[in-house]
Amino acid sequence: MTGAALRTGLRTGIRVGTGRRAVPGPLWLGVGLAALLGATVLGVSAGAASLTPAEIVRELLSHLPFLGVESTLNERQRAVLVQLRMPRVVLGALVGGLLAGAGAAYQGVFRNPLADPYLLGAASGAGLGATLVIVYGGAAPAGLPLVPVAAFAGALLGVMAAYLLGRAAGRGGTAPLLLAGVAVSSFLTAVQTFVQQSRIDELQRVYTWMLGGLGYGGWEDLRLVAPYAAVSLAVLLGSGFLLDLLALGDEKATSLGVRPATVRLVVISAASLATASAVAVSGLIGFVGIVVPHLVRRLVGPDHRRILPVSLLFGGAFLVVADIAARTLVAPAELPLGVVTAFVGAPFFVLVLHATRSRAG
Amino acid sequence: MRTARSLTAFSLPFLLVLTACGTSASDQPTAEQSAAAEGFPVTVTDARGEVTLETAPRRIVSLSPSLTEILFEVGAGDQVVAVDEYSNHPPEAPTTDLSGFTPNVEAIADYEPDLVVLSDDGSDITEQLEKLAIPVLLLPAAQTVDDTYAQMELLGEATGNAEEGAAAAEELRGRLDALVAGIGEDAAGLSYYHEIDAQLYSVTSDTFIGQVYGLFGLVNIADEAEDAAGGYPQLSAEFIVDQDPDLIFVSYPGGAQDVLGRPAFDSLTAVREGNVIEVDPDTSSRWGPRIVDFAEDVAEAVEAARAE
Repeated sequence: MTGAALRTGLRTGIRVGTGRRAVPGPLWLGVGLAALLGATVLGVSAGAASLTPAEIVRELLSHLPFLGVESTLNERQRAVLVQLRMPRVVLGALVGGLLAGAGAAYQGVFRNPLADPYLLGAASGAGLGATLVIVYGGAAPAGLPLVPVAAFAGALLGVMAAYLLGRAAGRGGTAPLLLAGVAVSSFLTAVQTFVQQSRIDELQRVYTWMLGGLGYGGWEDLRLVAPYAAVSLAVLLGSGFLLDLLALGDEKATSLGVRPATVRLVVISAASLATASAVAVSGLIGFVGIVVPHLVRRLVGPDHRRILPVSLLFGGAFLVVADIAARTLVAPAELPLGVVTAFVGAPFFVLVLHATRSRAG
Repeated sequence: MRTARSLTAFSLPFLLVLTACGTSASDQPTAEQSAAAEGFPVTVTDARGEVTLETAPRRIVSLSPSLTEILFEVGAGDQVVAVDEYSNHPPEAPTTDLSGFTPNVEAIADYEPDLVVLSDDGSDITEQLEKLAIPVLLLPAAQTVDDTYAQMELLGEATGNAEEGAAAAEELRGRLDALVAGIGEDAAGLSYYHEIDAQLYSVTSDTFIGQVYGLFGLVNIADEAEDAAGGYPQLSAEFIVDQDPDLIFVSYPGGAQDVLGRPAFDSLTAVREGNVIEVDPDTSSRWGPRIVDFAEDVAEAVEAARAE
């Protein structure tokens, strides 16, 4: 990222800040697309199996008609590329986008840069769901992905509990909801820990799930969450304008004909569905959902119609790159993806904060 | 029928040193009430140092499934009053709900043990037990088959069954040697992948179980991941498929089915030729006398693969 690009981003942000409505920033959308594309190419080229870039290109070209390119891969190598590596890269892009998009939406709803997709109990709910199935579910019947389904349901139930509790506890504003999220999270985490400790032989499975990872579920994992991901992303992308109105404050938003409570419910539902979809197939991957939207806000300004789409792209690119590290740094072994995102992301985040502050100053 | 394999996976390598006994450093030989089991007091060396047992233990509590199996193998079964929740073998073992993972000192003391054997001191349980003047033997997970022999001999001595302990160790050694000799050169050059759970955690040759495979001369594909996760690396699926191991061993229930249904694994030679073997999760994760059962499974798999 160049200094010039950063400056442009800040200028754009200032322009939006002074009240000029703008279409989603084409520059940052372009940068985001390029980043995602670049990450995807890298992701498909890198891995523990010994495939050269030339072999991969030949294999891909061999699927196009009329070129007459012959693949040099044997059947096993092709299986590695098509059934293991490619779905994992696509899944990384999707999960990263979902988490970053959900994070951006939560930050918008709560008007709090510290909000993240796990704020309202999605993580602890999913953790409890997955742990219950791992500990009490026994051997999973083939073809029935128990853990993803349980994690998905747990995440949604967790958020729902927090939402209802928050509604019951207080009227208006977001503070009761936040506090309910904290309470639900601690409670569910306590139950999860209790269940987990009751069966030490499954401890490793639970931990591995918690630490997050894209795994090798192949295209099946994608098929599983694609419908929910599509719906939630569509709603999130369409809710930018409403979040912008919400940012003016509840009273002003109401005077403009928007019901803040309804907007919050819709956006929180969509963001939670996105989070649940991501968590179902990747476990608990931290950091993406808080840092990417934060970074994007600094680049494109406070306009949610820009923040949301650009966050999706950057989130996808970031997670694909992080997963490359998880797959290759200790190859042929793997690192937990959640560890990589935090380890790589945290220092990077500090750098960005520092850089943008000194530019702005 | 699950095991405490994660315990094994998490425990750090220890070196078990076994030294000679008998040189009594004891200063209070007031053991007149003891039925004077022969040879007592006995001093043995566990992972922390010398432990002196004044009399033959009559009420042993075992908090480790492997040590439970060893105790019964060396003829000390009658002296065992309680074993932890995962100690499911032999059938006559007095399984209780005691936990070896999060041990509760009061629950253990309730059995009025005169010896507690355990392999994991994660929560400083040994110190707590010794405050109650209960003798403790800490015998960590064996790293090599020799450690198993040593623990058999040690537990034999400590329980007044020295001869049986030595004989059991000798018999185990003999049976393993015979198995290995029976396979001979058949295993040479065959590669294998051992999977301990569906998230592709494996074992390197540095682990106890890896050493058993090593006895046969099998080549472990996980060894390329050296230093990773203390011998239990989580392998990349890409790597496993790329390596195309001749034999795949899975040590959890439903594991073979899981392997067969996995993306890209259908291109593996081992899958196509039916060389995916589900081994008993208990015998393949404990370092007790039943490693010979596990070794038999391995030998059988090697012969089946060679017969093709």
